[in-house]
Amino acid sequence: MQLIAENLVIARGSRIIVAGVSFDVKEGQALQLVGPNGAGKTTLIRTLAGMMHPAAGDIRLQGGEPDVPLAEHCHYVGHLNGLKPKLSVLENLRFWGEYLSTGEANPDSLDKALGAFDLKTLANIPAGYLSAGQKRRAALARLLAARRPIWLLDEPSVSLDKGSTEFLADAIGAHLKDGGLVIAATHIPLGLASPIVLELGKASAP
Amino acid sequence: MTPFWTLLKRDIVLAARDGGALGTALGFYLIVITLMPLGLGPDLNLLTRIAPGVLWIALLLAALLSLPRIFETDYDDGSLEVMAMGGLPLEAVTAAKCLAHWITTGIPLALLAPVLGILLNLELSAYPWLIGTMLVGTPAISFLGAIGAALTLRTRRGGLLLALLVLPLYVPTLIFGISAISAATLAAPSGSTPAFLILSAISLSAIVIGPLASAAALRAQLQ
Repeated sequence: MQLIAENLVIARGSRIIVAGVSFDVKEGQALQLVGPNGAGKTTLIRTLAGMMHPAAGDIRLQGGEPDVPLAEHCHYVGHLNGLKPKLSVLENLRFWGEYLSTGEANPDSLDKALGAFDLKTLANIPAGYLSAGQKRRAALARLLAARRPIWLLDEPSVSLDKGSTEFLADAIGAHLKDGGLVIAATHIPLGLASPIVLELGKASAP
Repeated sequence: MTPFWTLLKRDIVLAARDGGALGTALGFYLIVITLMPLGLGPDLNLLTRIAPGVLWIALLLAALLSLPRIFETDYDDGSLEVMAMGGLPLEAVTAAKCLAHWITTGIPLALLAPVLGILLNLELSAYPWLIGTMLVGTPAISFLGAIGAALTLRTRRGGLLLALLVLPLYVPTLIFGISAISAATLAAPSGSTPAFLILSAISLSAIVIGPLASAAALRAQLQ
């Protein structure tokens, strides 16, 4: 599997946010997006997730499942956690597992997801009672609750402590070893062995 | 379980755990109907005559209060973005959410209406039609209301704008809902059936149009 972007231009109205970006990520590779605030990291990730359309250029996925759009190959973890405060951590996770994998959530993968982010003791607590870092861990556990080959992560380590950042790094490492792709906008090195670094410049003036 | 049912089940569970929204809508409906006889005086003939209209209009207003919740919480906490990436098309996502809204708000309001009919001295022969028209008409309220809810998603305090957008869409439902009940009270039972059938047709069209239009609005909002 290979995700290729060629001369990608993304605009909001007449303002060009990302101008002429190209990259090529293969199985087991990670792409790290860096750049100052407003450089278009989030915009690029949301475009890959299919929520925005590029003004020019091309995004291609080679070797994916035929007839399945790129967005359905991807996990997206953005700035917001997507947790329901009234549902417990496990219920939240089970919902996303069933919803995103379009079938029964595999109890093993839910268990693995809880374990990987040290959430087992919190599994039955409503997500509304968790601290910011615990909520973030619960959001990241979604990555393991349903299997999808491409992970799109937007500042995934926000509000995580040092130990939890290591859980995230371990999960990313295991996913890459498993033949997955990771595209992450982050300033903290996430223990990626040899990431391709893509530096996004300052947003062009209108 | 398919994603559609998973989502429907989740929304119903959430509504049940967060009973406040339904309580507010039911309470609002009760208060408005209680105020009517107090404001209009104890003229039973007058109340009987206006009862169908008052019951329908108050139901629309009560349902309007709960419309923003269809998408707002999911948009605010980021769930909607993740839902957009699922295998389920956004049209089906909105359909599931409208259906959940109908089950958790439309049906309870429709079932409360006959109880409130007593307060307005509604004629006995009108009760079957009242319950029937409300159960058949409320899906249109949820499915058309979702269009307004999706359009006003990013406007802070968009409640008033939502009312302006959505209430005109409810006019056909209102007219045929009331005329079906009124025809029954005027001892012309043959007059009720056509209005009831048109009301059903309006709801069926709303079930088709609502999810398509609100999914298009959501796509624009998620950009």
